[in-house]
Amino acid sequence: MNRDDLIDFVYDEAATIDQMHWDDWLALFHKDGRYWMPLEWQQEDPILQPSLMYEDRLLLTVRVERLAGERTFSQKPKSRCHHLMERPRILSMGEDGGVHRLRTSFIYTETRGDLLERYSGWVSHELVEVDGALQIKLKRIDLINFDAPFSNIQLFI
Amino acid sequence: MDRYRGNSQAIADLVKGHAVHRDVYVNAEIFELEMEQLFPNSWIYIGHESQLKNTGDFITSKIGNQPVLASRHRDGQVYVLHNRCPHKGVKIASEPCGNTGKFFRCPYHAWSFKTDGSLLAIPLKKGYEGTGFDADQAAKGLTRIENVKIYRGLIFVRLAKEGLSFEEFFGESLSTIDNMADRSPEGELEVISQPIRYMHTCNWKMLVENQTDTCHPMVAHESSAGTAVSVWEREKDNFTETPMAVQLYAPFMSPYEFYEGAGIRVWPNGHGHTGVSGSIHQDYEDVGGYQDMMVEAYGKERAQEILGDIRHNTIYFPNIMVKGPVGILRNFIPLGVDKTLVESWVFKLKGAPDKLYERGLMYNRFINAPTSIVGHDDLEMYERAQEGLHSNGNEWVNLRRLWEDDEPEETTEVVNGTSERQMRNQFYAWRKFMVQNMDQAVEAAE
Repeated sequence: MNRDDLIDFVYDEAATIDQMHWDDWLALFHKDGRYWMPLEWQQEDPILQPSLMYEDRLLLTVRVERLAGERTFSQKPKSRCHHLMERPRILSMGEDGGVHRLRTSFIYTETRGDLLERYSGWVSHELVEVDGALQIKLKRIDLINFDAPFSNIQLFI
Repeated sequence: MDRYRGNSQAIADLVKGHAVHRDVYVNAEIFELEMEQLFPNSWIYIGHESQLKNTGDFITSKIGNQPVLASRHRDGQVYVLHNRCPHKGVKIASEPCGNTGKFFRCPYHAWSFKTDGSLLAIPLKKGYEGTGFDADQAAKGLTRIENVKIYRGLIFVRLAKEGLSFEEFFGESLSTIDNMADRSPEGELEVISQPIRYMHTCNWKMLVENQTDTCHPMVAHESSAGTAVSVWEREKDNFTETPMAVQLYAPFMSPYEFYEGAGIRVWPNGHGHTGVSGSIHQDYEDVGGYQDMMVEAYGKERAQEILGDIRHNTIYFPNIMVKGPVGILRNFIPLGVDKTLVESWVFKLKGAPDKLYERGLMYNRFINAPTSIVGHDDLEMYERAQEGLHSNGNEWVNLRRLWEDDEPEETTEVVNGTSERQMRNQFYAWRKFMVQNMDQAVEAAE
């Protein structure tokens, strides 16, 4: 893996979400991968400190299948989303047990009916190589205003 | 245009028992009167004593639309004060919590106050000499709220000088708070983190009603809990044990019959709970070592009694809900007739295994967060109702499920768990505390 491969992965992952190719997106996660949205500044513990989300593949699968459900009333009309990202910064390239770490500044927008909600923050990726392909071991989203009372966030930052 | 102010009959007429008029949810004047009457006349939760461990610690909160703060004074007492400088009205404390040291200092003109609210100093004091300032209310400092009760660490306040005592107001409903605290081997709860906050564009009472609405989970949450169950059924062969997450989601899909049998208990003054003889919290896996700790602390019989009480949602009228078995308190904070801030707190049981706190935190983010799929289902319903109620096709909300003609209003009773009785119970209390002393207040003003 070279630097461009890592950076492209982060951009492509966001594009997969924006295009709502949910199955492709889930397939990017390692079997033990996690999606984490902390509720505290520089939070260290996802288990004994409160988080907005800390989900494994099973729970992410539930979310994705829910979005397609006939009786998912909060998705009538369906939400759409948009990631605007700075160039990812590579923090480490496999030196630490084969984990590649990147941090990317973003502005994320999600619709709900006629409403448009905007969120800003940083996404951190911990990527590992499995059979020559990159997989997400951890995707962490730190919002600048994690402690503010939001309305529904239904898709994925 | 005042349709309701000073007209207690018009307010009372909004509550028919088996129906309530839509103005209770959409009328701005009614909302104002809730802030002036209902909230001050009721005992309102503002925080937990464990948030005020040290001298100078403070928390801020609201009673209706009135900002208050609670602080730990050097005499060890907790004082609840109106959070407003007696000079120009500036809020003294702006953060949810913190430590102010020995005194509060207003950021505008540096008036300072001891942590019991009394005035400490004003710069250039001689400007007030001989002006009559000493007789002003301002000279007394931050206005103190006299009616404060700390129960098992939970801090409640009644703003109105006259009214029901804490014990009269809550009565036997306090048994849920007792049960939640007793689940700690030390009998104590602790707040060690911030709540999950979730903004709702709907009236606060819709959220309160939904807590004992047992006919909605299998319908509204088919999308979330139902999908969780179907994904689990498909995937479970890949697992050796049922994850905590599945244990938390799956019971939401329990059938009507389950909720019917589980029962609802109503108490006077609008309090009540679901899950009398069964609840969605009853089948969680045992946490290793916890049972033994409880038996050690309370003896076998008492420990079984505490852990066997698996009440679902308890409404403490008007605006909090307590879930004993997972240690959660939800505060439905009214911001406007169609705007409600929900703060959902998880208590840590002192001396209990971390796994219980982990479960409480997980439940909270699954169900009560802006990122919660169950929350998404509910908010959609509230917001559609908030819009739908503006229809003039029907001005009434129907609450007739399992209604009886001679339904008593101020009573303790266990009824069928799918009854809308607890919602009606809340509205009887709503009417009572909305109009309490209203006619006297009008006469006094005239």
